[in-house]
Amino acid sequence: MDPMYLLELAVNGGLAGLMYALVAMGIVLIYKSSSVPNLAQGGLTMLGAYMVLAFANSAGLPIWLAIPAAMVTMFLAGMGIERVALRRLAGRPIVMILMMTLGIDIFIRATAMTIWGGSGRPMQIGISDAPLFLRPLLLNRAYVVGAVGSLVLVVAFMLFFRTRRGVVLRAIADDYTASWSVGISVERGVALSWALSSVVATTAGVLWGSVQTVDQTLAMLLLKGITVAVLGGMDSLGGAILAGLLLGILESVASGVLDPLLGGGTRELVVAAVLILTIMIRPHGLFGRHDIERI
Amino acid sequence: MLYRQAGIFHTHYASDRGLFPIPFERKAIIAILLVALAAPWLFSSLVLVSYIKPWLIWTAAVLGLNLILGWAGQFHFGHAAIMGIGAYTSGHAARNGVPWEFAVVMGGIMAAVVGVGFAFAALRVKGLYLALSTLAMQFVMDWVISHVPAISGGVSATLQSPPMKLLGQAVTSEAGIYYVVLAWLIFVTLFMLNLRRTALGRALVAVREKDYAAAVIGVQSFYYKLVAFATSAFIGGVSGAMLVFGFYKAVTPEQFAVNVSIELLAMVIVGGLGSIIGSFFGTAFILLLPGQMNTFIAWMAKVLGLDIGVETLAHVPHMVYGATIIAVLLIEPMGLGKLYGNVRNYLLVWPFGYARK
Repeated sequence: MDPMYLLELAVNGGLAGLMYALVAMGIVLIYKSSSVPNLAQGGLTMLGAYMVLAFANSAGLPIWLAIPAAMVTMFLAGMGIERVALRRLAGRPIVMILMMTLGIDIFIRATAMTIWGGSGRPMQIGISDAPLFLRPLLLNRAYVVGAVGSLVLVVAFMLFFRTRRGVVLRAIADDYTASWSVGISVERGVALSWALSSVVATTAGVLWGSVQTVDQTLAMLLLKGITVAVLGGMDSLGGAILAGLLLGILESVASGVLDPLLGGGTRELVVAAVLILTIMIRPHGLFGRHDIERI
Repeated sequence: MLYRQAGIFHTHYASDRGLFPIPFERKAIIAILLVALAAPWLFSSLVLVSYIKPWLIWTAAVLGLNLILGWAGQFHFGHAAIMGIGAYTSGHAARNGVPWEFAVVMGGIMAAVVGVGFAFAALRVKGLYLALSTLAMQFVMDWVISHVPAISGGVSATLQSPPMKLLGQAVTSEAGIYYVVLAWLIFVTLFMLNLRRTALGRALVAVREKDYAAAVIGVQSFYYKLVAFATSAFIGGVSGAMLVFGFYKAVTPEQFAVNVSIELLAMVIVGGLGSIIGSFFGTAFILLLPGQMNTFIAWMAKVLGLDIGVETLAHVPHMVYGATIIAVLLIEPMGLGKLYGNVRNYLLVWPFGYARK
C-alpha cells in the first residue's frame, strides 16, 4: 500500500469527517439543552438542502440570498417541531422521545420526497470542480470548503455559548428544574436550541449537497452524525469536531484498505463498529460528561 | 353493558386468576378464534394472503419485540436483524434436508444466540446508548448477512426457500400456510399472556422499572436481561422463518434491513408498550394503513380530478407512516392498546362511572 495514497485518503477523510461534525453539531446542540437525542437531524439536513434549492430554483433567488432565506425558514421550522412535537413529550420515557424523533425523520423525508421527487439535484454554490493539488495530494475543493465552514460554525457556537443567551442554554442543559426556579424560560431555551440546530442542518445540507447531489441519501448522514456525536461526547461541541476528524480519517483509510479485501461496502461497517466500540468502552465519549445515576 | 361483571363470583383462586375472568371477553375470544379458524372460507384469498397472513406473522414478531421493550424495558433497534438470522438459518437448514419443524426451531435458537450478543450491550449501557449500540449492531449484522456468501449466497442474491413441511407433508395450499402461521401466533400470544403472571414476567417488570432497585431486592437484573433478549430473539427468529417460508417464499438481506427494525419499533410504540392486544392493533395500523391510505388518496385524486404524479403517490405511504407515529405519540403515548383499555375501563362499570378504579 502506497503511503502517499493512504495520506491522501486520510486528508480527504479528515475533511469529510469535519463535515460529519456539522451534522453531529446539530445533535449535540439539542442534546446539550434538553437531553433529547435528535434522530431527525438527517431529515432536517435533507430538508434544509431542499429548502435552499426551492428558494433558488422555484422562487428564483440568487444562491447567496436563497441560503439565508432557507435558514430563516428552517429556524422557524425547528421551533415549530419543538413546540408541536417535543414539548408535549417532556418527561416521558426516552423510548417515546427517540421514536418521536424517528417519526419526525420519516415524515420529513417522505414529505420532501413527495414535494420535490426522488431524483438527485445538483447544488451549485460556486465551488469549482477542478481538483485542488496540495503538493502531491489531490483534494476535493468542496470538502475543503465544507471543513472550513464546519470549523467556522464550531468557533461561532463556542463564542455563542459565552454570550448571555448561550449561558442561559448552558444553565438549562445543566439542570432545568434549577433554571426554571431562577426564572429562565426553559421552553424558550429548548426551542432556540432546536431552531439553531435546524440552521446548522441547513448549512450541513448545503455543504453536503455541493459535495454530492441533493437527494434522499442526505438523510443517511444521520448514522455518521450520531456516531460522531457519541464519540465526541453527546454534550461537547469541541468533541464533535475532534471525533468527526477521527471518524472521517478512520473511515476513509479503513475502507480504502479493507474494501479490496472484503468486497466493498465497509464504510458503514467501520462507522457502526466505531459506534459500538465507543459505547462499550467509553459511553460518555471523549469529552462528554459522565452522568452518575441515582436509584 | 358489555364486559358485564354483575353476578360473577369467583369461588376458586383458579377462576379468579384465569386469563379472561370476564365472561364476555371469554366469549369474544372464542368468537374471534372461530372467525380465525374459518378465515380461509370467510375471506377472499387476496385478503387472506396479502393482509391477514402478513399481519399475523408480523404480530408474532412484534410481540417478541414488545417482550424486550415493553416488559424488560430494554431497547432493541436490531429486531429485524434477529428475524433475518432466524430466516437465513432455518432456510439453509431446510435446504440441506433438516426436517422443517427442526429447521424453524434451529432458526429460533440461532437467533436467540445472536440475541444474547445484543444483551451484552445491555450489560454495559442502557437507555439512549443501548438504543444506539443495538442500532449499530443491526448495521453490522446487515453487512455480515449480505457480504458473507455462505449466508446470503452473494451480495444481491435471493435464496428460494423450500416449501413448508409438517411431519414430512409439504404444506402448499394458502389455507394450510395460514393455519401454521395462526398456530404460531396463538402460541406466542398465550406465552405473552401468561408471562405477566409468572415470576419471570414480574422480574422483567422489576428490571424495567429500575434495574438497580430490582438488584437491591434480589432480582439479578443482568440474568433477566439476558433471558429477555434470548426469549424475544427466539420469537423473532421463528417469526422471521415464518415470514420467509409462509409469505415471501424467498429471502434477501433487504427484507431485514434497518428500516424494518424501525418499522417493528413503530408497531410496538403505536400499539402500546407492554400491551398484547395493542401489538395486534399496532401491527395492523402500521402494516395496513399506509397502503390503504395510498389507495384512498389515489381514489380521491380521481374523484376530484387532481393529477398526482406516480412518484408523489409512491411516497405518500411513508408520509402517512411517519405522521401516524407522531400523531399516536402526541395523542396517546401509551398507544392503541391504552385507547382500547380506556374504552374497556369505561364500559366495565357503565353507567356507574364514579365506580371506576
